[in-house]
Amino acid sequence: MAPSTSMANGEVAVVGVTKRFGETTAVRDLSLTIPHGSYCCLLGPSGCGKTTILRMIAGHEKPTSGDIRIGGQSVLGLPQIQRGTAMMFQSYALFPHRSVLDNVAFALKMRGASTADRHAKARELLTKVQLEKFADRLPAQLSGGQQQRVALARALITNPRVLLLDEPLSALDEYLRLRMRGELRRVQKELGITFVHVTHTQLEAIAVADTVVVMAQGHIEQAASARDIFVSPRNAYVARFIGGQNVLSGTVESTMNGVAAVAGKNGARFAIPVGSLHPLRGSPLWGSIRRDRIAIEKIAPGTKPAGGLNTIQGEVHTLENQGSYVKVTLDLADNEEFVANVSDENFFASPLDIGERVVARWSASDVRLLDDGPIAQEAAPAGAAMATAG
Amino acid sequence: MHGDDARPWTFYAFAAFFTLFVLFLYGPMFVIYILSFQGPNGGMTFPLNGVSLHWFTALVSQTRVGDIAGSFVRSIGLAAIVAVVTVVLAVLAGLAFRRRFRGAAFAFYLAIASLIMPGLFVGLGIALTFRLLGMPTEWFTTGLGAQLTWTLPFGLLIMFAVLGRFNRSYEEAAIDLGATNWQKVREVTLPILLPGIIGVALFGFTLSYDEIARTALAAGSKNTLPLEIWAMTTNVTSPTLYAVGAVTTIVSFVVIILALGSIAIVQRRRAAAGMRTE
Repeated sequence: MAPSTSMANGEVAVVGVTKRFGETTAVRDLSLTIPHGSYCCLLGPSGCGKTTILRMIAGHEKPTSGDIRIGGQSVLGLPQIQRGTAMMFQSYALFPHRSVLDNVAFALKMRGASTADRHAKARELLTKVQLEKFADRLPAQLSGGQQQRVALARALITNPRVLLLDEPLSALDEYLRLRMRGELRRVQKELGITFVHVTHTQLEAIAVADTVVVMAQGHIEQAASARDIFVSPRNAYVARFIGGQNVLSGTVESTMNGVAAVAGKNGARFAIPVGSLHPLRGSPLWGSIRRDRIAIEKIAPGTKPAGGLNTIQGEVHTLENQGSYVKVTLDLADNEEFVANVSDENFFASPLDIGERVVARWSASDVRLLDDGPIAQEAAPAGAAMATAG
Repeated sequence: MHGDDARPWTFYAFAAFFTLFVLFLYGPMFVIYILSFQGPNGGMTFPLNGVSLHWFTALVSQTRVGDIAGSFVRSIGLAAIVAVVTVVLAVLAGLAFRRRFRGAAFAFYLAIASLIMPGLFVGLGIALTFRLLGMPTEWFTTGLGAQLTWTLPFGLLIMFAVLGRFNRSYEEAAIDLGATNWQKVREVTLPILLPGIIGVALFGFTLSYDEIARTALAAGSKNTLPLEIWAMTTNVTSPTLYAVGAVTTIVSFVVIILALGSIAIVQRRRAAAGMRTE
């Protein structure tokens, strides 16, 4: 058996992998490289294929085509234990008939280690997760958070180079979930091994990961640092799914100095930076604006507010106090949700009511272009675009 | 308007039905148990003519009522064999059916079909076939086979229910931690399934212990206990019959208590293992 230590290279490469279950394709020609010693979150709604990828890395599923490499070497056909991976299962799968100590020592027992040796090693790991007092308990006698730490200790006893975590926090209540995700990150830093963590919770992924991989329907929508995923989502899907952004859409009216003026469906007009592109007049364009970069003003009854670029008018649809900010959702009479996160100071200086008419304003420099389909470009040079702008 | 604790009329309807159910189930049995203590000069019906253990002692003296003791031993032995064979095959088949294989549905229905076959004809068919082949029918060969046509499908159905609640990630976790397939089954699968497996054994035992239809024509010359009792109902005209009923019921209860007790012990031992402090 290949002894795997935490010093071994834990780079995980998924190379052109497709996985079909009968008629359905769970993963479609997907490639992804997770650097050694990094924390990667696979994020997406249920059925997007994220768990399937994790299970293929672990060896519990075989890819229909493509390759899985760990530390540069293909692991296809290798037994699970020889891959240097360990898996933490959703709801942990702790053996209900074995004590905490025997659960943690299980892998060593399978290798034929003596009772004394394996119990000593297991106690050492239990001490690390502060559960040495519970060694003789059964899993059912522990709280959810304690069970999670037992599962972690049990997985780590094989000294894996890659730890695979399938929705590790979903069985915990909100309070523990927030605490344990910080704990997972700390453990990963301490061990310096690769963590691959599957979740459907956006904030969880952003909170723990170096790299967030946003998935939909068996492919990757965006793989980037947690900060980039949040600040500059690649397309409308990622922007909507991560939820920190509003998606603006409309048709191009004109383009000038790398900024396109776009007319939205509800009469709003806004600027979207397009860099060196010159989108065709009348073609659709998408942009995103961060929810916390929007100012909300009341419209006094009977007055007509000045419209203007980078504003949207609407009625307050819902209000949610989030403590440090208030989430204000506007009803814009189209289907797109438009949300402004107003800081608590600003909100409570002039509180809003549901049903009130308001105008939302933002600065053009906070808007980012989204990549949703090819952008139809004008064949003419920049000067022509300027000419049509007048 | 009703108060919060007012019960709907359906509650009373079902309560009445359940009362009747209990009366029909246990009433006649209690009559038999009471009559089994009939005095030595009493008859098959009420009133009791004194109270005695006379008819229980009569059970042991073979001459009067046929081979009760012998048939009892045969029945217990047969039930034990049936329980063991049912457990082994039902567990293996249940595990096998988790994997989808070609013809799985067909094999399943083929196995289950034997539950709806008229039992008497299954026994008759087995007896005829053996006669044609020139082989003798015995309780431990043809009788055993006939009973298995009844207990195996039951055992399989129970295993399906047991495995339906079994989380496969236990097995994947075992493999992930380096267990071989055999280690996985021995260390994880079977221990977790143990209470369900005891249930299968219990079913196999009790179904065999009071089986008549399939066994009647396939058991050969030596009777099992239910067959012996059946014969007695036509021959014996004394409360010995009731004494037999009382004793066999006690045996059934002992089997059930043993099974439930062993499940409880398994669980208590697990719990006790957990309560131990360092």
